Amino acid sequence: MPRFHGQSNHAPVDIVNQLQKQYVDYLTSLFHEGVLDDQFTQLQKLQDESNPDFTVEVATLFFVDSDKLINNMAAALERSPVDFKQVDADVHQLKGSSSSIGAMRVKNLCITFRSFCETQSYEGCLICLQQVKNECAVLKDKLQNLFRMEQQIVGAGGSVPLMD
Amino acid sequence: MPISQSHGFSSPKSELTALVVDDDGVSQKIHHRLLNILGIENDVVANGKEAIDIHLSGKKFNLILMDRDMPVMNGIEATKRLRDMGIGSTIAGVSSHSSSKIKQEFTEAGLDVYHEKPLTVAKLLSVVSKIKPKE
Repeated sequence: MPRFHGQSNHAPVDIVNQLQKQYVDYLTSLFHEGVLDDQFTQLQKLQDESNPDFTVEVATLFFVDSDKLINNMAAALERSPVDFKQVDADVHQLKGSSSSIGAMRVKNLCITFRSFCETQSYEGCLICLQQVKNECAVLKDKLQNLFRMEQQIVGAGGSVPLMD
Repeated sequence: MPISQSHGFSSPKSELTALVVDDDGVSQKIHHRLLNILGIENDVVANGKEAIDIHLSGKKFNLILMDRDMPVMNGIEATKRLRDMGIGSTIAGVSSHSSSKIKQEFTEAGLDVYHEKPLTVAKLLSVVSKIKPKE
């Protein structure tokens, strides 16, 4: 069940309610699909009037860092011989930061990726790299949609529901 | 409801200080925010060497949140060096490693407690409850 904090001002209540419902439904779908886990909710709870953009800032930082890490992994896998330890170190880093923002599918892919690094499976690593790339792109797209919906709610004078 | 209120932690600034030692920007930001919410003034550094350097500059902290895998100097080495320097702060290892062997190695370096990432308010409160008085 969603809770609401903050106060609505005088915008049409129906529109705000509709936007809030769409937001809750969308966020719920992201949890059901496994894109996000409860850690994302924990992040949202760290946001308040003094840090109103905290979640967006953390997500943005994650996307910048994950791009760099993925590029590093790709470069390391192109070198001969492949430095699987270095690839593993980058995957471990990505696993840590993805779990910190609640990006469950990315985190789980990193766990599989690490096992291929351990067995020094070049093909396995290549497949995982592509999957991680794709999943980060999906995550970015979905979170951008989510943040856009938050802006619409606030713009209409409502408050963003917080999932329990 | 802001998380600080929901956990019954007082909003006014506490007397405690902390050092976040982590090379990951996302972890730095989250840990910094968690500590701020608990009213704990904190500094952030990006590796073990910077943790040593900040202590050599004269700063002391009640609590150090130490990541394990960092460039330049990792958390294990940094923890050993800090203990060798006589730093008695509460050092909490915070890492995404789940292997018991790695946890043991890190703990034996001189940690007071170890938590697997992600760090949550609940985990941080449990760490804070173990803080030793500043020397």
